[in-house]
Amino acid sequence: MDQTGTVGKKKVRARNLILHVHPPKVRKTSIRFTLTFGLGGMAAILFILQVFTGILLRFSYVPSPNEAYDSILSITNTLLFGSLVKNVHHWSGIFFVLVTFLHLLRTFYTGAFYWERRWNWVIGICLMVIVMFSNFTGYLLPWDQLAYWAVTVSTSMLYYIPGIGESLTGLVRGGEEVGGNTLLIFYNFHTAILPLSIVLLMAFHFWRVRKNKGVVVSKDADETLVPADPDLVLKELVVALCLIAFVLLISIFFDAPLQERANPAYSPNPAKAPWYFMGIQELLLHFHPFFAAVLIPVLFLFGMFLLPFLKFKEQHEGIWFFNQKGRKLALIAAITAIVIVPAGILINEYFLDFEGWMKNIPPVISNGLIPFIIIGVILTAYFLFIKNRYKPDKSEFILFMFSFMMAGYAVLTFVGIWFRGPGMVLMWP
Amino acid sequence: MKKKQNTASINRRSFLKRSWLWLGVIAGVELTAITFSMFSPGKRTKAANSYTSVKTAGYVGNIKPGSVSPHRNGQFYLVRMNDGGFLAVSLTCTHLGCSVGFDAGKKQFICPCHSSVFSIGGDVLSPPAPRALDIYRVFIEQGQVKVDTDRKIRRKKFSKADLVYA
Ligand code: HEM
Ligand code: HEM
Ligand code: FES
Repeated sequence: MDQTGTVGKKKVRARNLILHVHPPKVRKTSIRFTLTFGLGGMAAILFILQVFTGILLRFSYVPSPNEAYDSILSITNTLLFGSLVKNVHHWSGIFFVLVTFLHLLRTFYTGAFYWERRWNWVIGICLMVIVMFSNFTGYLLPWDQLAYWAVTVSTSMLYYIPGIGESLTGLVRGGEEVGGNTLLIFYNFHTAILPLSIVLLMAFHFWRVRKNKGVVVSKDADETLVPADPDLVLKELVVALCLIAFVLLISIFFDAPLQERANPAYSPNPAKAPWYFMGIQELLLHFHPFFAAVLIPVLFLFGMFLLPFLKFKEQHEGIWFFNQKGRKLALIAAITAIVIVPAGILINEYFLDFEGWMKNIPPVISNGLIPFIIIGVILTAYFLFIKNRYKPDKSEFILFMFSFMMAGYAVLTFVGIWFRGPGMVLMWP
Repeated sequence: MKKKQNTASINRRSFLKRSWLWLGVIAGVELTAITFSMFSPGKRTKAANSYTSVKTAGYVGNIKPGSVSPHRNGQFYLVRMNDGGFLAVSLTCTHLGCSVGFDAGKKQFICPCHSSVFSIGGDVLSPPAPRALDIYRVFIEQGQVKVDTDRKIRRKKFSKADLVYA
């Protein structure tokens, strides 16, 4: 493009900076918006927004049970633009979790987890977990009823980890109950340890993308190269600006919720978990906590880490949903989950009472192991049926199960957010 | 770069290298231990609260049999059974730690979080809670009912032996 002679010094510097992240030339097919939807870049932008607004908030926020709530009130009521800054932190905190999750879906469905991309998948899973915990630790900081009880319920889940549960809960809370120590611990994780870990992992993540010669594209894709600057950089700028404008707009019109000051003696009704844990909360209504909050999430996470290390004969790279069959399977999985999960919830709510029927058996078996096995058998049978019927290869079969679980968790989350009223009874929103 | 070195210096060198390694390991262990002890500032609150751990719940004569009264700052309900036995039931749901409310009409404790229901003795009437509500030690001193809120007593089920009589 430019001859070196005619480019100003400033421009050279800017270009050098860009070249830290991007190679000079990229494949034209790899920068199609509909391949990545810019989700990874959006996550990075949202993180920067969080750091920026978070540091501003730190100047006024006081992490102690007696002062936290008042400091929040003074941020929103007396600080110039305080409530805007707080709202941006709140909304982009939510979008950060959402966008990171969508980015996870995109890397899965475009087959970006095979072979040389497997470490980026693993780092990505770590990032997903850290981003959720960033949001979760931030959730406590306003010290209102919502914060206090969501954190009480969520940290109590640790209690059901066999052996170490009790001491782990004590360690995380810094005492028996959620209190001043918990706030201090969460504050330190939220504003130092977790953001720092994200920075380190993100650097590694970006470097891996570059090592892999850019994002995933299908093998027979056209090889034309275009200069990263301006072709890619311009697209990134547009995405970044649209995103920031969107966050600002939402933050101007919608305030971050704040309930009454935390009161350890009185739980609001209903007391709900943060929205991204709502699916687990819904499971908790049906299963013994060891299964709902420990075993199922741990198995799921384990599977996610394991995924790229499985041996695949086939590689479906760079095409959404792999191929025609993949598309069909994903659709079937999603539809089944959308039908079966609500049906399961209703049946369990109104007809099943394992604990009542088996009064002499410990609840971890009657309300945990037994329904777990029943569901396991049903699902295995269903998955085998699909396997025989459609003869998918390994990737396509995994895509099917993954889609089923994702759609199932999404349904659980929707039910938890909109269909659970006071006393957690089912109701219309 | 010389390739030839005498054996004595190699030994000294490898000894020093190994020492550094071990010093590094020890320093690492110390750092981890210190870090973890800094992570758990737990003890402070307990010491600060201990002087208020025994709560007075009222005179025996003033508490009617068959009554349940909340003592929210002590985190318990004082229950007096129909037969006159006292029981201090913890507010904290054994499922995931919400504070249970008392439904005076049904004579039941109901948890707002995942709708566990408990009898006034603390027994689970409806899951997901996996065990009966915890209790605190009750003792009678000079005609007053006192509750030691320092320690929760865990139990699977309500038993008659939990009750304290005046
Ligand atoms: C890594 C991504 C981050 C996420 C997902 C996140 C999320 C949150 C959330 C959800 C809240 C509760 C606020 C509300 O809902 O109203 C919060 C509060 C807070 N965050 Fe963050 N945060 C992040 C990074 C940071 C950073 C880097 C800092 C500072 C260095 C920070 C400082 C604070 C402070 C001081 C509060 C309390 C003030 C308030 O509640 O508005 N956060 N954060
Ligand atoms: C803080 C969170 C994250 C940030 C900022 C981030 C950022 C990025 C960026 C900018 C890219 C380049 C391509 C693109 O934009 O899609 C990328 C690629 C990638 N990310 Fe992430 N990511 C994050 C979390 C995750 C998560 C949760 C996963 C999934 C487990 C993941 C897995 C991957 C993979 C496998 C690639 C390579 C994609 C390819 O080669 O096509 N990342 N990431
Ligand atoms: S915390 Fe009481 S039912 Fe879940």
